Amino acid sequence: MGIDFAMPPALALIFAGLLLPFLRAEARAALLLLAPALALWLVWLVPDGVALSLPFLGHELAVVNGSKLSRLFGTAFAIMALAGGLFSLNQKNLLELAAAYVYAGSALGVVFAGDLITLFVFWELMAIASTLVLWSNGSKARAAGLRYAIMHLLGGVILMAGIAGEAAMTGSIAFHAMDLSTIPPQFILAGFLINAAATPLSAWLPDAYPQASWSGMVFLSAFTTKTAIYVMMVGFAGAEILVWLGLAMMFYGIIYAILENDMRRILAYSIVNQVGFMVTGIGIGTEMALNGAAAHAFTHIIYKALLLMSAGSVLYMTAKSKCTDLGGLFRTMPVTTICGIVGALSISSFPFTSGFVSKSMILEGAADEHLAVVWYLLMAASAGVFLHAGIKFPWFVFFQKDSGLRPADPPWNMQAGMIIAALLCIGIGVLPAPLYAILPYATSYVPYTLNHVMSQLQLLLFSGLAFFLMLGWLKRTLTITLDTDWLWRKPGSIASLWLIDCFDSGWTWLVKALGSSVQSTVANLRRSHGPLGLFGRTWPTGTMAFWTTVMLAAFLILGMLFHADI
Amino acid sequence: MTAIAPHLPVLQVLVPMFAAVFTSFMRRGNSAWLMAVAASWLSLAISLALLAQVLQSAAPVSYVLGGWAVPFGIEYRVDRLNGFVLLIVNLVGSMIIPFAGTSVRKEIDGNQQAWFYTMYLLCLTGLLGISVSGDAFNVFVFLEVSSLSTYVLIAMGRHRRALLASYQYLIIGTIGASFYVIGIGLLYLATGSLNLADIASRIGPGMTEYSRPILAALAFLSVGICLKLALFPLHVWLPNAYAYAPSAAAAFLAGTATKVAVYLLIRIYFSIYGVAFGIDVLPVYMVVLLLSLAAMLIASFSAIFEANAKRMLAYSSVAQIGYITLGIALANVSGLTGGLVHMFNHAMIKTTLFMALGAVFYRIGSVQVADMAGIGRRMPVTMAAFTVAGLGLIGIPGTAGFISKWYLVIGAIERGYWPVVALVVASSLLAVIYVGRVVESAYFREPSKTVRDATDPPALMLVPIAVLAALSVYFGLDTRLSAGLARGAAEMLLGGMR
Repeated sequence: MGIDFAMPPALALIFAGLLLPFLRAEARAALLLLAPALALWLVWLVPDGVALSLPFLGHELAVVNGSKLSRLFGTAFAIMALAGGLFSLNQKNLLELAAAYVYAGSALGVVFAGDLITLFVFWELMAIASTLVLWSNGSKARAAGLRYAIMHLLGGVILMAGIAGEAAMTGSIAFHAMDLSTIPPQFILAGFLINAAATPLSAWLPDAYPQASWSGMVFLSAFTTKTAIYVMMVGFAGAEILVWLGLAMMFYGIIYAILENDMRRILAYSIVNQVGFMVTGIGIGTEMALNGAAAHAFTHIIYKALLLMSAGSVLYMTAKSKCTDLGGLFRTMPVTTICGIVGALSISSFPFTSGFVSKSMILEGAADEHLAVVWYLLMAASAGVFLHAGIKFPWFVFFQKDSGLRPADPPWNMQAGMIIAALLCIGIGVLPAPLYAILPYATSYVPYTLNHVMSQLQLLLFSGLAFFLMLGWLKRTLTITLDTDWLWRKPGSIASLWLIDCFDSGWTWLVKALGSSVQSTVANLRRSHGPLGLFGRTWPTGTMAFWTTVMLAAFLILGMLFHADI
Repeated sequence: MTAIAPHLPVLQVLVPMFAAVFTSFMRRGNSAWLMAVAASWLSLAISLALLAQVLQSAAPVSYVLGGWAVPFGIEYRVDRLNGFVLLIVNLVGSMIIPFAGTSVRKEIDGNQQAWFYTMYLLCLTGLLGISVSGDAFNVFVFLEVSSLSTYVLIAMGRHRRALLASYQYLIIGTIGASFYVIGIGLLYLATGSLNLADIASRIGPGMTEYSRPILAALAFLSVGICLKLALFPLHVWLPNAYAYAPSAAAAFLAGTATKVAVYLLIRIYFSIYGVAFGIDVLPVYMVVLLLSLAAMLIASFSAIFEANAKRMLAYSSVAQIGYITLGIALANVSGLTGGLVHMFNHAMIKTTLFMALGAVFYRIGSVQVADMAGIGRRMPVTMAAFTVAGLGLIGIPGTAGFISKWYLVIGAIERGYWPVVALVVASSLLAVIYVGRVVESAYFREPSKTVRDATDPPALMLVPIAVLAALSVYFGLDTRLSAGLARGAAEMLLGGMR
């Protein structure tokens, strides 16, 4: 055949997930750790090009197709599954663990899919498994889970329509860079964007993720949005619309995160914000920007998991997640506090953390292309990230007032999961070379120049200063005046703030209008299709016979009209 | 074996027919059940052997009854299309009948159980006869055999409304059958022949003096058969008939009866009118296309608001039949393959769903969605099968339903009907809602009192449910058999086109 064979890395995790519920506790723990390690090994065995193909529906499916980019994402996913598995060893809910592993496995399946059908199959499997992760948190996650499932199935059918159109029009199902001049790729991109939580459909993410359990959200944060980033990097690098969508996502995430009180919802909004950076990078589309987006996806998977593990530990030990109920936990949860701070510094791109070495590449990509507006907005957003995730999360949860809670640090395995992730964050930040070596394009980028470090430190210090100056306002209910205040330091961003403001009220109006029109539509549908409606009730036999006659007449008249042709 | 091989087409009908005669003399339900099991499985074996014969030879397998030469005598004629349909009917029958043993004992009075199996076997005879026969009037006879036995099967339901449902179907079904006879009569007047293949070769553009009767015949045949296959808006008999029939009968009818009617429609559209005139000149396709789309949407909405899960599935059947007739109306290889393969896939899926509800009824005596609250934890295997089949109904990739939708969407795109693509997609979203309602109730509500003591049903019921659910996934992954046969049939039908 001349084709290298590779075992799909996805299978290691999917089989482990299916096997988990049937094992005893010790064997389960072993499998939870071994399966991601095996997956990581398999990821690095995949050669470049198609490594496994199957015939299906008259096409040849490239089930495993390796590239530098897919190995990069595969590595991040496998490491993430390992840290997440370690963290959730004492999760009693077996359904959640099983679903989480199937979910992680399908994400691996997507990044190694060489054709659109394989991609779609794993895409949908991911949607189902992640819904189960949500649902396994019991009745409080039910409604949000249903909304999540419907949103993803909607994305799925849009994607399927696009894929079918692409297959019908080009006769090929290969997954490669597409151009947006025809309809099917537009559908495909729309399907991808829904999973990336792009505006204006970002709301599903902060709606659903915080309803997951303390361990479930760690898994959820990593895979869905990042597979969307991967597929857009392959399919739609350089599509200009992505620049603006990404910027909108950044500011959406920042504004809502600042207004939010629940620590895990803050982190959910910050996922949207961080994915916005990556989407912008993809939209810029140069080698530097794409490298930046890929590196940022890699580092973000780890530090966001770290943040959510520390939030999950707090939730696990205190059963509270509102900032107003928490505070002062640093006394008794030192490990969680330190790890949370490392995560917070990473997400804020503090020098010598992983976020710094990846995000600065996206900014560099914008600068290289002389996209001044984009660059200013990215800088403003970076300041915003520090405000909402970098300081707000650790400050309100671990310091601030003394809430009177005295929880201990969580069990050893949860601490171990956090420590591994924290070490990775710092390790990549100090020694970025190994990460740069596995990026899709060769790079000679040097993050640690005096200029970079200084400007980033200035940015962070000033927004940190702003945070503490405005602490009084931040504690109370926040208003938009506050936003004007902190953005006042960046004149270039005032215009964008105004835009966001308009966008925000427009969104509120749209949601309201949609909500009421959906309600009235459902009421109308029930009137016509419900058990008492025209289409739901039992017709009298005579009425049925009458319609039969009408149909006959219709066919006869049509027949006579077409008579000339025959 | 070689002595039997040429007689397989007639044995396909005779086996269940004679079994029905025997069971009608039986008193005990159990012995009648054993007879029905034997007949159904033998029948499945015959259809498999027939299919193997058809696939080996290029020409259709023809059997002449009583030695009377075609076109004067009755001919049984099996080609790729009806070989496929026979397989569907027998596959469903052979899965239903083990399930029926336990279910019927619970739902039907002791002295009527043997009658149930007699009626089931007669219905099977009729459906197989319609599929296998190449003679238009012989088809009518079998249509009546299956219809009359269906009326009795529905009337055996415990609910008071079963009688009304059966009566309504009796009236409507009789109108449908009469229209079919009128259509056949018109064709007979024009051609002097009742052999379907012979009629196809005799009508055609040459027969200008008879073109009006031939078109009127098409109208009568279309409406008559569309009544039988419950195409919107002629579907109103179906929800009640399925909802109030005994569980085993509902599962059997949902899997087979409408599929066979669809087969008859395909036979008439493609093998007679298509061969004689070509497709695009005929006036019916646009009507069927529009009605299919209406069925897919309107019946899905009705399913969403339905509180009785069995009736909900019945509405969903109307919507799914819309997919099949959509494939007919698209009339290209991909679209028709999609319609045909959906006959197969939907038969698997819907039979699983109805059998799962039959198991629920067996345990808790109700199929109201509200009464099924929390049943997922009490009847795990049954509801897992329901969920898997439900995913197939939605068309999640990896299930059989995806294969059908894939071909249909490709077929619509090849025609350039983008709005149709959007509607197919929208309709699958509606399926998410109505399947989701049951799944949500079963898994996320607190168990009600009735549900608390329920467990999975006995193995005889459970195994067929699990097997069919597994098949509905298997045929989503390995499509060589289902889509391969459907594609062969579609290419044969469209290849014979004028």
